[in-house]
Amino acid sequence: MLNFDLTEDQIQAKKTYQQWVDQYVVPFADTFDEQQETPQSLINQMAKDGHLGALVPVEYGGVGLDPLKWGLFCEELGRSSASLLSLVTVQSMAIQTLVKWGSTQQKEKWLPKLATGETIAAFGLTEPSVGSDARNIESSAVCNDDGNYVINGKKRWISFGATATLYLVFVQLNNMPVAFLVERDMKGFTAEPIKGMLGFRSANLADLSLQDVLVSEDSMVGKPGFGFSHIAATALDQGRYSIAWGCVGLSQAALEASMDYASKRVQFGKPLVEHQLIQEMLTEMIVETKAARMLCMHASFLKSSGEPSLIMETSTAKYYASKAATKSTNSAVQIHGANGCSSDFPVQRYFRDARIMEIIEGSSQMQQIIIAKAGHQEFTVQQRERNAQSNRG
Amino acid sequence: MNEIETKVRSFLGKYVSDPEVDGDLDLFSAGLVNSLYAMQLVLFIEQEYGIQVTNEDLDYENFKSVQAIVQFITLKQK
Repeated sequence: MLNFDLTEDQIQAKKTYQQWVDQYVVPFADTFDEQQETPQSLINQMAKDGHLGALVPVEYGGVGLDPLKWGLFCEELGRSSASLLSLVTVQSMAIQTLVKWGSTQQKEKWLPKLATGETIAAFGLTEPSVGSDARNIESSAVCNDDGNYVINGKKRWISFGATATLYLVFVQLNNMPVAFLVERDMKGFTAEPIKGMLGFRSANLADLSLQDVLVSEDSMVGKPGFGFSHIAATALDQGRYSIAWGCVGLSQAALEASMDYASKRVQFGKPLVEHQLIQEMLTEMIVETKAARMLCMHASFLKSSGEPSLIMETSTAKYYASKAATKSTNSAVQIHGANGCSSDFPVQRYFRDARIMEIIEGSSQMQQIIIAKAGHQEFTVQQRERNAQSNRG
Repeated sequence: MNEIETKVRSFLGKYVSDPEVDGDLDLFSAGLVNSLYAMQLVLFIEQEYGIQVTNEDLDYENFKSVQAIVQFITLKQK
């Protein structure tokens, strides 16, 4: 029998996450957005409470959180601040990549520090000239005679790039994609903060510049040629999973703000919530938020069992949840009217942040390409099986 | 065809039109599979056979064809 109910343990975990974001994030998220920066004090608080290393296995000092609880945590962060969600997203992308593909030495060196938050990690794939076409990144590494590597290149729009001390950087090595761990204090590395973004304004974005950065062979994650298909793919899957759940939280925030406003705001002698055209928008928000949550739950179920289809189902959940967030936050602004466009209400922030959700970790258009291709393949397989069955019968 | 090959071909059948390809055919060079398949293959091997594919296993020769995958799984099981 299908059961989508949370267990008592999961309900308790969700309550704990709710209380945490209500205490440390919700009251301050608009201020951080205005200041275009997440303060170090909040990052320290997250580290202190074990949230930055939640996905690090217990043997390396982390919490070893399961996929569903991680999703519930991301939902709560998404409800409070998409920018802060991006912090745990990039941290988790580095963690999952090292857990899966890191060498023993890399795991022992970095996972304990990522668990405590002593190390904040960022994901360096996107470049000034290369976004969706990630296979054609231009940053490069050259192997020296002594076996070390020299990296040159630029990375752009790197979430928490201004804060991180460790970067998972993707480059070409003899035309083969490969990933390296680059440390902030390495000679030739600089991170320049980016301001003035539409959304994710307190995600401490940065441009990264690598000029003759010297790294040892021990810094290579995986092997040349596998940088995109396996290393980046692992990180991006984790990123899409976290973002999908965060989008559920963002939609939920837009819905709750709209319900509150529509209950109090009276026009034409009755609250907005009793006007049918408002009810139409609220209904869409309710249904799409629930549907997005179900897709995320399904992805978490597959992730827990390591089912190969988790990759496509996570992509599907991210695609739908980010589109639902765009639509829900758009409706939230519409329901709030001019108030929704002012900084007196958070829905304008939700709306701006939702636009980013459809771009990061694979744009909606890139998701459409892979979802449609996978859907066509599934159809072809079904047809083949039906034909075989019919020939046997 | 041994049991491992049967299962590998069954998995491959979800991604290619004809899973009964030549066992030595390079699936990537032939353009039959893409990078999304690559990670799903890793998950399939790990889930189906309870073995961990690690950074040491990242060798194109381990994944390029049906026979290569079968040989890789067989070796990892030992």
